[in-house]
Amino acid sequence: MANFYTDNPELKHHLNHPLMQKIVELKERNFADAEKYDYAPMNFEDAMDSYDKVLEVVGEICGGKIAENAEGVDAQGPRVENGRVIYADGTQENLELCRKAGLMGMSMPRRLGGLNFPITPYIMAADIVSRADTGFENLWGLQDCAETIYEFADEDQKQRYIPRVCQGETMSMDLTEPDAGSDLQSVMLKATEQPDGTWRLNGVKRFITNGDSDIHLVLARSEEGTRDGRGLSMFIYDKRNGGVDVRRIENKMGIKGSPTCELVYKNAKAELCGSRRLGLIKYVMALMNGARLGIAAQSVGVSERAYREALAYAKDRKQFGKAIIEFPAVYEMIAVMKAKLDASRALLYETSRFVDIYKIYEDIAKERSLTPDERKEMKLYSKMADACTPLVKGMGSEYCNQNTYDCIQVHGGSGFMKDYACERIYRDARITSIYEGTTQLQVVAAIRHVTTGTYLNLIRGYEAQEVKPELQWIKDNLIAMTASYEKAVATVTEVKDQAYGDFMARRLVEMAGCIIMSYLLLSDAQRNDSFVRSAEVYNKLAQAEVAKHADFIASFTPEQIEMYKAE
Amino acid sequence: MSLNIIVLAKQVPDTRNVGKDAMKADGTINRAALPAIFNPEDLNALEQALRLKDANPGSTVTLLTMGLPRAAEVIREAMYRGADGGIVLTDRTLGGADTLATSYSLAQAVKKFGNYDIILGGRQAIDGDTAQVGPQIAEKLGIPQVTYAEEIIELKDGTVTVKRRLENGVETVKAPLPCVVTVNGSAAECRPRNAVRLQKYKHAASVSEKASKSPEVQALIEKRPYLTIPEWSAAFVEADPEQIGLTGSPTKVKAIENVVFTAKESRRLDNNDEQIEELVKELIANHTIG
Repeated sequence: MANFYTDNPELKHHLNHPLMQKIVELKERNFADAEKYDYAPMNFEDAMDSYDKVLEVVGEICGGKIAENAEGVDAQGPRVENGRVIYADGTQENLELCRKAGLMGMSMPRRLGGLNFPITPYIMAADIVSRADTGFENLWGLQDCAETIYEFADEDQKQRYIPRVCQGETMSMDLTEPDAGSDLQSVMLKATEQPDGTWRLNGVKRFITNGDSDIHLVLARSEEGTRDGRGLSMFIYDKRNGGVDVRRIENKMGIKGSPTCELVYKNAKAELCGSRRLGLIKYVMALMNGARLGIAAQSVGVSERAYREALAYAKDRKQFGKAIIEFPAVYEMIAVMKAKLDASRALLYETSRFVDIYKIYEDIAKERSLTPDERKEMKLYSKMADACTPLVKGMGSEYCNQNTYDCIQVHGGSGFMKDYACERIYRDARITSIYEGTTQLQVVAAIRHVTTGTYLNLIRGYEAQEVKPELQWIKDNLIAMTASYEKAVATVTEVKDQAYGDFMARRLVEMAGCIIMSYLLLSDAQRNDSFVRSAEVYNKLAQAEVAKHADFIASFTPEQIEMYKAE
Repeated sequence: MSLNIIVLAKQVPDTRNVGKDAMKADGTINRAALPAIFNPEDLNALEQALRLKDANPGSTVTLLTMGLPRAAEVIREAMYRGADGGIVLTDRTLGGADTLATSYSLAQAVKKFGNYDIILGGRQAIDGDTAQVGPQIAEKLGIPQVTYAEEIIELKDGTVTVKRRLENGVETVKAPLPCVVTVNGSAAECRPRNAVRLQKYKHAASVSEKASKSPEVQALIEKRPYLTIPEWSAAFVEADPEQIGLTGSPTKVKAIENVVFTAKESRRLDNNDEQIEELVKELIANHTIG
């Protein structure tokens, strides 16, 4: 049986990034827990060793049972009986395994029953789980919601709910409604306050992943008469109290093991999480950022799987007297798949490190006031995380889709048959560029970092790093690519036209993304020779992409947007 | 009721994925080419032990393994999964033992351990495939044995009820405690390593391993007694030197042959019923099948 952690040395490379020392030391508050908890690390090396060992367990379970169960789960899927979801047999087995292995609540503090892992190793586990079973990653990964309770709920709520998540109870985030998808301001689910301070929820939610979970975070309208986001609050619904039934589950194209539910709330008892009116504008935004990073990890895991399936087939399949991987048309596809995989993974862990640093500072700020330097640093990392999250979610999920498409292409006619895993992976991948905000919405979140220069600042930072002589050509290319990016940004921003700016936004964001990912691979190649090939191949790809977008923008006049408008 | 449970476990070379360099020229196992693992059926036995512990709070599960000091790794593995601790029976004089000498040595260790309710072990180890050690230990201890166990159905009032998986079906038997139960690979898979336990016990070390640890880890081991994995010698378990190791082993290996399978005769059939039927008839006629 394969171990999905140890057979993938790229993961360990990212885990051992130099910035981890700072992250671990901040996260462990100079290892103060070592005296209180028998499983807390005593120093940096000890902590890193623990992450490594726990990820090896994740890799073993994923490479074994979870990967084995994926096909059966896809075929069987969950079902609804009497308003309750019954998972596929394989899903139940997977969940039980994860519970027994203690892989729930990984990032929660020890005092609440968690492992106190930084986000980075947790995201790495998500990467591994997704490679085994994309849909299962959702059920397992919804432990993320505990983060929202930890950040915004009161101490009593934390004490009541988070240990349950760490023990293996599942979560869901109930946001979408029939008329409120991308536009969450339109949420109508009604919350009514009771004399005892509890609330009652009434209405319908749709497309809720794992909607029959044990603990729900629910976005609902608490302020009667309001119509926008400022009338929405966040609630915690505990399934033990009853009042929410699953009316139906969707029949989906992929991630079939993950039940997508329509929920009916009938006077369901709930409690307020955090402050009224901040549900959407503060809590959902935080929740979404975490979830988007999770989907980025999911995308990378699926990319990994697609790449491996394609590579194995291309080596094995013989045509015209040789393995098809020996033909340029095929080996190019395989090399590009790997480059996209490595690029999106490099950005994934760069982002997770940024998230780690600012979130740990936010947490420390609850215990003591930060020094001015620390506050400055927190703001900087928070901004970089904010800029990189939509980038990695958007581009990572697109690469994931491209890789699963090419995986089938490499398989030829066989890939179109149900006999190979690649058709399932292709179906599973499709949702990654849609949920938690479509790629188009990621562009909306990312574009301000083009105009305000966050991306350019990041790029300048990478540019200042030394490279080996043999990699200098990549850096030279990147400097030229950055110049054309700056020129394209200037061209677009000079025209003060909203529609034209929106029209060009994705191009600009992708240019920034290509340059950033290429720099990250360059820095990986600087530290580790096994990344040289991907750094080179990705740079060729990124160079062509940047040139394509630059050309398009340069040869386009704002009026030409009319050609595209719907009749 | 709290139980004292002993699980017999062995560290074995992973013979499941044997490459071409698995055997040395002289026919002995090339241990360097094969990773050392927890014998698979011993993991099935451990799971049965842990289920007994779950059902009987306050019980302890102790691993007993004989081997080199590095066999402490299987004890750590077991601790990550839920065992309380273990003992490494290790001594140069124990080396080269066959199943008779091994079971004698382990039986001596069990006697030294003393108070136990049930001993569990895998049916057989994947390196020797003899399935003799478990039963021989029971004989030497003078207690009943249940072999080919697939599930411990119940343990109460000094009796254990076990489902056995036999060639042609299943059999449910009862045995008085204490007894030895050897568990089949068809039994429930062992639970995974647990993240919290893994972090708690990862510094556990046998006495000889401890010496090579960093000063911080050594200090930690001294502070937390459960991190010390005891090593027992042949003298400590009061083993008769004549009955252990090579001296105590009547089994002598005469020769080992490296057999390479080659197809002597192959025949190609077309994909049709007639040819397949003809072959089946032929195989029945020469008693290959049927």
